[in-house]
Amino acid sequence: MASALINVPKRAKRGDVVEIRVLTSHIMEPGYRRTAAGDVIPRNIITSFTCRYNGSEIFRADLFPAISANPYLSFFTTATESGTFDFEWIGDNGFSQTASAPITVE
Amino acid sequence: MQSFDRSTRRHFLKASGSAALAGAVSRVTLRPAHATPAMLNSAIRNLVGEAPLRTGKVKLDIPPLVENGNTVPMTVSVTSPMTADDYVKSIHVFNEKNPQPYIGNFYLGPAAGRAQVATRIRLADSQKVVAIAQMSDGSFWSASVDVVVTLAACTEEL
Repeated sequence: MASALINVPKRAKRGDVVEIRVLTSHIMEPGYRRTAAGDVIPRNIITSFTCRYNGSEIFRADLFPAISANPYLSFFTTATESGTFDFEWIGDNGFSQTASAPITVE
Repeated sequence: MQSFDRSTRRHFLKASGSAALAGAVSRVTLRPAHATPAMLNSAIRNLVGEAPLRTGKVKLDIPPLVENGNTVPMTVSVTSPMTADDYVKSIHVFNEKNPQPYIGNFYLGPAAGRAQVATRIRLADSQKVVAIAQMSDGSFWSASVDVVVTLAACTEEL
């Protein structure tokens, strides 16, 4: 059910700098909140995000509890060749999610 | 309708809340522990080491007055040609008064074309947010913004 929203331009000219925006649904429980009974709610966050462009890593992020729920990230890359962007989120409790998006470079 | 001041309102909420939620725990409170400016400085020292930390090149876009600390839009951009010889290696964002001083580390490369990242962050209090960029030549540049937060993140009280 976990889902990700990916925003990558479908086409770009070679050498263009393109913006990539990703959002995934995740509670990002910071691990500092307590229940009414006083128990700490265990941390449950996404700790790492990676973006690969045709297999090579172009962007990586370490996330901390200070990142809002449903983490959104925007970053840039230079369009060099047609191919795919692969996105990977890794988090606590074995959370892992992948997504990909194609781009056509003319 | 009975009138109540702030302190009795809290008691009223506590009583009615626990009555309504007996068993089903959904309201939460924040542990009072907060990071301190000293923790911010040591977190920055861990990153920068002995290298000088200069102000400039980095632009931290964050609203100066935030209504909801749970989701604060933030953009960090760094002035850099982003060529193979001169690019931004990483961008690190820190805060002063959240439970821990780290917000995020972002690793870029010369292929990024533009050294800019944006995300949404949590702020537990009015405080200073610091962005630091590490350049390919090993130098560190920083920018900081003071943010006023009216509704803090994760401070819902029962």
